[in-house]
Amino acid sequence: MATTDTQSSTKTMKLEVFRFLPDEGEPPSFQVYEVPYRDDWVVLDALNYIKDEIDGTLSYRWSCRMGVCGSCGMMVNGEPKLTCSAFLRDYYPQQIKVEPLSYFPVIRDLIINMDHFIDKMGEVKTWLIPAEDKPIEDGEYLQTPAQLAKYKQFTMCINCMLCYSACPVFGQNPDFIGPAAIALGQRYNLDSRDGGADERADVLFSDEGIWECTFVGECSEVCPKNVDPAGAIQMAKVTATNDWFKSFLMPGGRKKSGGNK
Amino acid sequence: MARSNEPAFWSLFSAGGMVAAFLFPAAIFITAYMVPAGKIEADNLRMVMSHPISRLLLVAMISLPLFHWAHRFRFVLVDLGIKGFKLPIAILFYGTAVGSTICAAYLLLV
Repeated sequence: MATTDTQSSTKTMKLEVFRFLPDEGEPPSFQVYEVPYRDDWVVLDALNYIKDEIDGTLSYRWSCRMGVCGSCGMMVNGEPKLTCSAFLRDYYPQQIKVEPLSYFPVIRDLIINMDHFIDKMGEVKTWLIPAEDKPIEDGEYLQTPAQLAKYKQFTMCINCMLCYSACPVFGQNPDFIGPAAIALGQRYNLDSRDGGADERADVLFSDEGIWECTFVGECSEVCPKNVDPAGAIQMAKVTATNDWFKSFLMPGGRKKSGGNK
Repeated sequence: MARSNEPAFWSLFSAGGMVAAFLFPAAIFITAYMVPAGKIEADNLRMVMSHPISRLLLVAMISLPLFHWAHRFRFVLVDLGIKGFKLPIAILFYGTAVGSTICAAYLLLV
């Protein structure tokens, strides 16, 4: 616990934290806090220490503390990180700079507005659109391990948005559908039970979709779950290109498109 | 949202990348090593390459990597933060690739 080790710990560490309190009318600024250093602490532990012991006005999102919920993403020394997985020992004794995720509007302190990201998932339709309607009495939709393996990697996404903060293309064009939403689109496009590839293609294969990507690849570098969104986007580009050529070869070819299951 | 026509440029970009990655090293190996080392007679190579199909292949080998260059530079400028001018940039770069292809085709095929 944060409070018990203050006596035993003599080493300390400084955190430079981005502050923005719109209610107080002050412009954004940085505030430096000194926290105890423990080699098993992560940046989130240090933030919790600040909140509990030094400054209760500091706001940030967190929940699970174990890299599963995707809530605590922040810029740590300029890199998008889950703060629950960024250990102080990897930075000690240097000062750590903590900022809200890049390229998103800031609501308060380290909390960003994620509304557009949620909207994008809605546009891409990142949910299962059944290929065939089947009454419940007919039983479950069966899938082989090989069919599962095609998309399983993309199911690991926890919507932490680190990939958006790492993406210079998103930084320039906030309308870019972006790495996670595209990877999740691929997750369902590649699912043998899904029949929604064509609906998704209108968004995924638009200029604001995969074609905005310049294959910088940073999304895959920062992904804490090894989803490899950059790979998903490249796969989708091949599918989109095949569809595009097919639409010339076959009348109506553009109508039935999308999946490479 | 409308589906993009970007696949036209992206497929040329991909093809150019394949040529640059696989055919260029072979071409360099042949012209810069095999011929000077005397393992291939220059006259034999010239004879093979003067066949119409070889000439067509050469035009493709020159043209496709130029489209690869055009596409990459177009997006390098985007990554460098140049906003706007999308159409003039595209016309300039792809136009250069088209012009160079016409030159290559004229020199090699006509």
